[in-house]
Amino acid sequence: MKALLLRDLKLALRAGGGFGLGLAFFLIVTVLVPFSVGPQSELLARIAPGVLWLGALLACLLSLDRLLALDWEDGTLDLMATSPLPLEAVVTIKALAHWITTSLPLVLAAPVLGILLNLPTAGFQWLVVSLLLGTPALSVIGTFGAALTVGLKRGGLLLSLLVLPLYVPTLIFGAEAARRGADGMSVETPLLMLAGISAATLALLPFASAAVLRVNLR
Amino acid sequence: MSIWEYANPKKFLTTSERVLPVLWVLAGVLCAVGLIWGFFFTPDDYRQGASVKIMFVHVPAAFIAINAWFMMLVASLIWVIRRHHVSALAAKAAAPVGVVMTLIALITGALWGHQIWGTWWVWDPRLTSFLVLFLFYLGYIALWSAIEDPDTAADLTSILCLVGSVFAVLSRYAVLFWNQGLHQGASLSLDKEENVADAFSNPLYVCMAGFGFLFLVLVLYRTGTEIRARRIRALMMRERMDA
Repeated sequence: MKALLLRDLKLALRAGGGFGLGLAFFLIVTVLVPFSVGPQSELLARIAPGVLWLGALLACLLSLDRLLALDWEDGTLDLMATSPLPLEAVVTIKALAHWITTSLPLVLAAPVLGILLNLPTAGFQWLVVSLLLGTPALSVIGTFGAALTVGLKRGGLLLSLLVLPLYVPTLIFGAEAARRGADGMSVETPLLMLAGISAATLALLPFASAAVLRVNLR
Repeated sequence: MSIWEYANPKKFLTTSERVLPVLWVLAGVLCAVGLIWGFFFTPDDYRQGASVKIMFVHVPAAFIAINAWFMMLVASLIWVIRRHHVSALAAKAAAPVGVVMTLIALITGALWGHQIWGTWWVWDPRLTSFLVLFLFYLGYIALWSAIEDPDTAADLTSILCLVGSVFAVLSRYAVLFWNQGLHQGASLSLDKEENVADAFSNPLYVCMAGFGFLFLVLVLYRTGTEIRARRIRALMMRERMDA
């Protein structure tokens, strides 16, 4: 399992792995927001938590179609399916690698982008905490979507259509926690719900992803 | 004699051909009676005037929209557990009916809302969760149409339906939380069950029964079409192999 994780991390970090694309996308989306809604700092401060959450979510979505597709094309996935490691573990590791290479940099970049959007000072820590708690769910759900569409040519658009509705609860609680944090309100309830969603998806969804992957590998 | 006999496509087709005319008539009569009764023989509401009569389309459509997804969930479970092809095809056949019903509920709701609330759309929990349901339907249908191999498509869509159901319920309650967090107590949604008087509820029940039978008819009919399409596909493949 460790070897697989290290392999995925190395592949993502080295040239051609597309590492940093998600970050750049996150930056660009955040920069475009003031152009579209105007530069008034009160308005930006009010929408900053939601915009940052949405930007992180979209950047996460952007990298999903590479999650399994490369291994699928060169047959690595078939080898993994026949290896002694259960496919459930493989998809969990894949999701973990995706989280480390894509979501974690987004979480770290979010406070910097928060400065651009004039996020209130109280909001920074809760933004980071909510993203830390919520992005595992995004990666795991995304892995399920990637497993569903892995056998399809040009599955990218379909992937977004399938995954985005599944992201709704995570986005609601995550953005709510960040917003309450920025307004100086109690963040306990949404954070607990967010952690619950992450824990539940992490525990259950790999089984669905593995089942779907087995169908696709048939 | 068990219900599983109808998992045989031939048995399903012959039986559904026999009951379909009866169901068509039943659906037509109930819809006609319910709608005419509702539109012309009920009093205007003292607050809402004649616009309350949108209810006779709106409520049954919403009722079917939710239950269609529930039926797809049951059919998907049957496919996953017992692998009856008719069940997978019935789920496939129900999805477009469900999405149209969702759309009807959303549009009639918008018209009604424009009259009573003075706005086409408001991010009320009920409205929002219906919009999310609509998105789930779209994804489900898109996945069916994207995959060529019918068995793979049936497997993938049924798992999507199972996972999607969990997330749809989760979204329903998440939306409830989100909206209360935003506008304190600004609940625009009229609780229909409490408000409806007998004069309205009787034709409403007739309409709901009519829409229910209409849904049943459409699903049976479309499932038959899917079975025949599958058969044509098999025949064509056999012909190509012989040639």
